[in-house]
Amino acid sequence: MKSFTVSKAVTALMLAGLVLLPLYSQLSGNIFILTLFTRIVILALAAASLNLIMGFGGMMSFGHAAYLGIGGYAVGMLAQEGVGSGFIQFPVALAASATYALVIGALSLRTRGVYFIMITLAFAQMAYYVASGLARYGGDDGLTVYKRSDFSGLINLSNRTQFYYLCLACLFGVVFLIWRIANSRFGLVLQGLRSNEQRMQAIGFPSKRYQLVCFVISGMMCGLAGALLANNTDFVSPAVMYWTRSGDLMVMVILGGMGTLFGPVIGAVVYLLLEEFLSQLTEYWALIMGPMLLLIVLFGRGGIMGLLGRLNRG
Amino acid sequence: MAESLLRVDRLVRRFGGIIATDNVSLDVAAGELHAIIGPNGAGKTTLISQLTGHLEPHSGSVSLAGRDITYLPAHRRCALGLARSFQITSLLLDFTAADNVALAAQAHAGTSFRFFANARKEKGLRDAAHAALDRVGLAHRADVLVSRLSHGERRQIELAVALASKPKLLLLDEPMAGLGVTESQRMVQLLQELRKEVSIVLVEHDMPAVFALADRISVLVYGRVIASGDPAAIRANEDVKRAYLGEAHVVTHHG
Repeated sequence: MKSFTVSKAVTALMLAGLVLLPLYSQLSGNIFILTLFTRIVILALAAASLNLIMGFGGMMSFGHAAYLGIGGYAVGMLAQEGVGSGFIQFPVALAASATYALVIGALSLRTRGVYFIMITLAFAQMAYYVASGLARYGGDDGLTVYKRSDFSGLINLSNRTQFYYLCLACLFGVVFLIWRIANSRFGLVLQGLRSNEQRMQAIGFPSKRYQLVCFVISGMMCGLAGALLANNTDFVSPAVMYWTRSGDLMVMVILGGMGTLFGPVIGAVVYLLLEEFLSQLTEYWALIMGPMLLLIVLFGRGGIMGLLGRLNRG
Repeated sequence: MAESLLRVDRLVRRFGGIIATDNVSLDVAAGELHAIIGPNGAGKTTLISQLTGHLEPHSGSVSLAGRDITYLPAHRRCALGLARSFQITSLLLDFTAADNVALAAQAHAGTSFRFFANARKEKGLRDAAHAALDRVGLAHRADVLVSRLSHGERRQIELAVALASKPKLLLLDEPMAGLGVTESQRMVQLLQELRKEVSIVLVEHDMPAVFALADRISVLVYGRVIASGDPAAIRANEDVKRAYLGEAHVVTHHG
């Protein structure tokens, strides 16, 4: 990991692009691209949070989209009940995600491997059906958020550029946190557990406690993405929690490079841009996308980050 | 001898109809190197697993420094000063040697629920890791990924990891397993050094090593301790000779 100048350059280029995007949008008058990238940044945030448990923690959670829904519904339901302040909505979104993660994590972490994947998937589907049953909040049809979270003049979420920068700041903040966590005592224990759980127990670490805390941190980060997403689409529906959404997030992480800092961000950008442009070309875009993903996963072990890393060594 | 550091009292563990640990009692005094030998299938690994907390006994008790640890989970025993090495090398392959050892030190140096500060820059942990690596003669390999180390080096790292937790008692499960002649000799030398600092329970097949190192030897056959005593007494013991029938020379001609 010491001499990966190519991937460093690509990462820097991408980050600079993300920062300067609103400027481009303004100059070119292309508003659509800003809307598209707001969504990309939010989902990159979700992918980065998944990477914390999947890449660094070695826990294959297949129900991560549940937090997108929980964060989104926290905003939507509070707005519906007349609580429009973001200073209440966002903390509630984080707290709800943390609570869900704590309960689901405590139950799921009793299992390992395939069973862990299946049980996290099952809980997310339960959340999906619960949301579908919420008649007061739109049930199957979802819930329209008529007013975006109000941060009392501090920042205006209805302003496209301001909202974009808020999302970008959240993404950078979360990636920075993950970077600190990955190199902290806690992060080393976490990665040790990924590598060899029995060994870690033998040197004195109770494994589940660390994995559960990681699960909760990751869930809160994704809950934040959910709250932003509901503001972005002015709408939240059970569909954001559907298992294919969890699958999308997993693909972004694996595509970009599991266990790398910026891999999931690159993965999200590439995946969503591909989806966007291929779907404009043909309605059978999935036929092109599928094999492309397959090739990258097959030949680029470690995803795009892995590929870039190898370019370097020639 | 001084009061016992590890006391195993009438331990019983069955697997179905087989009694794998049959009323085993052992005492390990502080400062002692106590070897456990026995033919294949004698129940050595079963016994070790009950000492480390990976297997629960059906009856009997295990105590460490006077404290009953029979049913404590593995990580709690470790906190009380019981460290182990694995028969089959079990390290974090994608970590460097130093990281492997530093994590063991970290487990015993305050909480690991610290999320922000860079753990690789904690001087205390790094120093402890380097001291332990130096102890086993691998200081020069500190920054190499364990997956790139040789089998012999990994066995030494196993020891360094166990040492880094500053244990009262080291449980070594066949530390010579798979080592070549020179590597074995180096390991024996290393254990000669370590025994001055820490009490050791050594399970080992390498008889010359056992007889060279041990203060006392317990011989396990079919889950039972058939003899326990200093190397000379074990060498002269008729029951032991019979248990090792056919390889009787193993216990009589070495040392």
